[in-house]
Amino acid sequence: MDINMFMQHFINALGLGSLYGLIAIGYTMVYGILRLINFAHGDIFMLGAYFVFFATVQFKLPWMLGVAIAIIGTTLCGLLVDRIAYRPLRSAPRISALISAIGVSFFIENIAVVIFSGMPRPVVQPPLLMEAFSISGIRLVPLALMVPAISFMIVTALLWMIYRTKSGLAMRSISFDIETTRLMGVSVDRIIALTFAIGSALAAVAGIMWALRYPRVEPFMGIMPGFKAFIAAVFGGIGSIPGAMLGGLSLGFVEIMSVAFFPKLSGYRDAFAFLLLVVILLVKPTGLMGEKLEDKI
Amino acid sequence: MSGLNSGDKKLRNNALTIFSAAALAVCLWLAPTFIDAYKVRIINLIAINAILGLSLNLIYGMGGMFSLGHSGFMAIGAYVSAILIITPDQKQLMWILDPISPWVMNLQAPFLLSLIAAGVAAAFFGVLISIPVLRLGGDYLGIATLGFSEIIRILITNLTPITNGPLGLKGIPPHASLLMSYGCLAVMLLCVTRLMRSNFGNVVRAVRDDEVAAKTMGIDTFRIRVLVFTLGCFGGGVGGALMGNLITTIDPKMFMITQTYSLLMIVVVGGLGSMTGSVVGAILITTMLEWLRFVENPITIGSLNIPGIPGMRMVIFSVLLIAVIIFRREGIMGMREFSWGWLLRDAKKGGAK
Amino acid sequence: MSNENDFALRLDGVTIQFGGLVAVNDLTMNVPRKGIIGLIGPNGAGKTSAFNVITGFYKPNKGYVEFRGRDGAVSRITGLPPHRVCQAGLARTFQNIRLFGSETAIQNVMIGSYVRQRGRWWMNLVPFTFPGASREEEEIRANALALLERLGLGAYAETPASSLPYGAQRRLEIARALATKPEFLLLDEPAAGMNPQESAELLKFIRSLRDEFDLSILLIEHDMKVVMGVCEYIWVLDQGTLIADGSPEDIRMNPKVVEAYLGKEAAHA
Repeated sequence: MDINMFMQHFINALGLGSLYGLIAIGYTMVYGILRLINFAHGDIFMLGAYFVFFATVQFKLPWMLGVAIAIIGTTLCGLLVDRIAYRPLRSAPRISALISAIGVSFFIENIAVVIFSGMPRPVVQPPLLMEAFSISGIRLVPLALMVPAISFMIVTALLWMIYRTKSGLAMRSISFDIETTRLMGVSVDRIIALTFAIGSALAAVAGIMWALRYPRVEPFMGIMPGFKAFIAAVFGGIGSIPGAMLGGLSLGFVEIMSVAFFPKLSGYRDAFAFLLLVVILLVKPTGLMGEKLEDKI
Repeated sequence: MSGLNSGDKKLRNNALTIFSAAALAVCLWLAPTFIDAYKVRIINLIAINAILGLSLNLIYGMGGMFSLGHSGFMAIGAYVSAILIITPDQKQLMWILDPISPWVMNLQAPFLLSLIAAGVAAAFFGVLISIPVLRLGGDYLGIATLGFSEIIRILITNLTPITNGPLGLKGIPPHASLLMSYGCLAVMLLCVTRLMRSNFGNVVRAVRDDEVAAKTMGIDTFRIRVLVFTLGCFGGGVGGALMGNLITTIDPKMFMITQTYSLLMIVVVGGLGSMTGSVVGAILITTMLEWLRFVENPITIGSLNIPGIPGMRMVIFSVLLIAVIIFRREGIMGMREFSWGWLLRDAKKGGAK
Repeated sequence: MSNENDFALRLDGVTIQFGGLVAVNDLTMNVPRKGIIGLIGPNGAGKTSAFNVITGFYKPNKGYVEFRGRDGAVSRITGLPPHRVCQAGLARTFQNIRLFGSETAIQNVMIGSYVRQRGRWWMNLVPFTFPGASREEEEIRANALALLERLGLGAYAETPASSLPYGAQRRLEIARALATKPEFLLLDEPAAGMNPQESAELLKFIRSLRDEFDLSILLIEHDMKVVMGVCEYIWVLDQGTLIADGSPEDIRMNPKVVEAYLGKEAAHA
């Protein structure tokens, strides 16, 4: 493989990895606070892609407006999911919320089939993002660079929010002890809703960029990226935002590079993520950057 | 129940059980002559779903291990059984993408043996998977088992010389008659009941309820978990094999996560940890899923034409799942079990009113 | 202790650290055969941590624990997982009762006897195949019932453990521990939450247990009446370190102990 090919793959992996990372952040934040695997998160991501598709392709709105609508719409959906399906189960056994999450995921996928139809639909890419240019012989499109750049900007902003603002402090304290935080006068439900909102907004951004990169949308497009992003979150250390990004990037690189170097394995591409999950759980169950959660005896 | 001592009661209950089992067997034997084939198939599917639900309940409800990998074990069972009972000539014709590997072609076994092989194969993978994965707690376990079932599906899709890849297997001999499916269900119910009523059953529930306390009681909780998980996988394999024999074709797409979700629904609706619940859940969910097909078919009422809505069936299904978990978490049966004493006492009360 | 070689349990230089915090520091103590020994100390002194080391839930950073069975064989139990420790003959109760709440009282006790059960799980799958295993199951049930009756819980046999009165739950936990046929019993605050009359009964009960089941007993207790009333020898921990040991009278007089419990002023007053 020559250096050009390698750089192409490298950029590809960076793009895919940062998308996984963005979705993974939503998983990791919710899990960090509620100890809940939000199974519906991948489907929230799908909704983001659909919203931008309808806004720009069906209703021919300008791109910036479409993106704004998609982010707001997806965030509202995320909040709705928390309100209807998770909040009534806060005091229930954790597994109940998990089953509810599975139900929600199933619901969103199928309601999407009902409303949007099960057919995949092509997304028209804005020509501006697709004009190829080359840097020292490596052909690139602006989109390929935009995806990781936006992702890293978002992660930085999010980290600032979590470590420098009051809401961020409340989030961190809920993840330690939800009951004590409630006693401190923090409106726990509001902070949890905020967490879902942030997670959903990031999923929307990821969904939009996913729709642009692989230009089509379909109701089940969220399942696989969702699972993989969750795995990325576990790999990076669940609860840790930089960990989620790191996990996403690692997964992106494993997937792209293994297929690039061993084309014969392309049929098994989706299996790598799960294999990675099993390996990390065996070797270091807390993930790369996670902290240990211990049960009290 | 006054007037009867416990020994008499036991005798009465056993007699009632044997009598009703025989009555059910006669009904099932006669059913195909009186009921149309579609309904017979649904009745059959109920038994298979009950077997699958029961095996998942063993893992999840009784063992307390949240597994989302059941469709993977079903797939293993279905493929093993199908490969064993399809004749070499048929196989020769079926493999068109890649040549079939010779030992797969020549492997042959009678149906009942293939069922056991299906269970054993699934159980083998169950052990293999559970040893690393059961070291994890709660929800990680769910996602890891889900991962494994995906890996199994991907392997089946890609290992064309053994599995015929995405094309699947067709023309599986339809051995899963009503009596066969219900016979398997009866054997399974008997075994699980005996197991859960023995002291081992107490221990399984103890491990589920408080692992630390169970360890203190000298119980090797990890071994118990692996064992229960493996037993559940065995049931999943047998159920998958029966399913393949009923439908007569299998392909990797049949064993997606959706399949596990419907089993989860059966277990949750019926009541986690209740064997009766799994059977009741299987009856309800199977009939409901069939009945809901009408919303996806176009309906004509007089001159009014309602087009079918694809996807609606699963929408209703998922709403129901969420509603059950929010409003009636314990399902229909909770952790209770059916017993003759309960039925008769109730009937008496009802009669006295 | 006077007779160093007649121990049932011995801790030698046991140290446990959680990160920077030293929960137990270089603890060396022993429990004689058929003794009733108290381990006391203020909150956070490391008593339960010591229990968790003995029963295999924590691995000590330094030191070891030795156990001598009735047959006189000495085995090192440090590093064994909890279930192996129980198999070796040590049983325990918990400070915050840990019964199997949805199981009935008799089922709780039967679970305790599983560790000594010889029949395997598959022997009961099909009726009438292994008469020996079925008979054993019946024996286990009968023994469990006898044990419940011995502890005054006969009436509760078929009641779910979680709906038993508090005192009965404490006794059920002891019954469950006894069902594992232990040689050594560790009781973590057995009198917690009991009124004076109940704890007085508990005193008698613990002594009779020792004699009837030929046990050595180590107990953690806050209730000084219970400790002084039942223990033949007492070890006092404070902030992870052993500060005193001796007969109940010695401990009562020991200024260090008073200081640890009540603070400096009280000790000098």
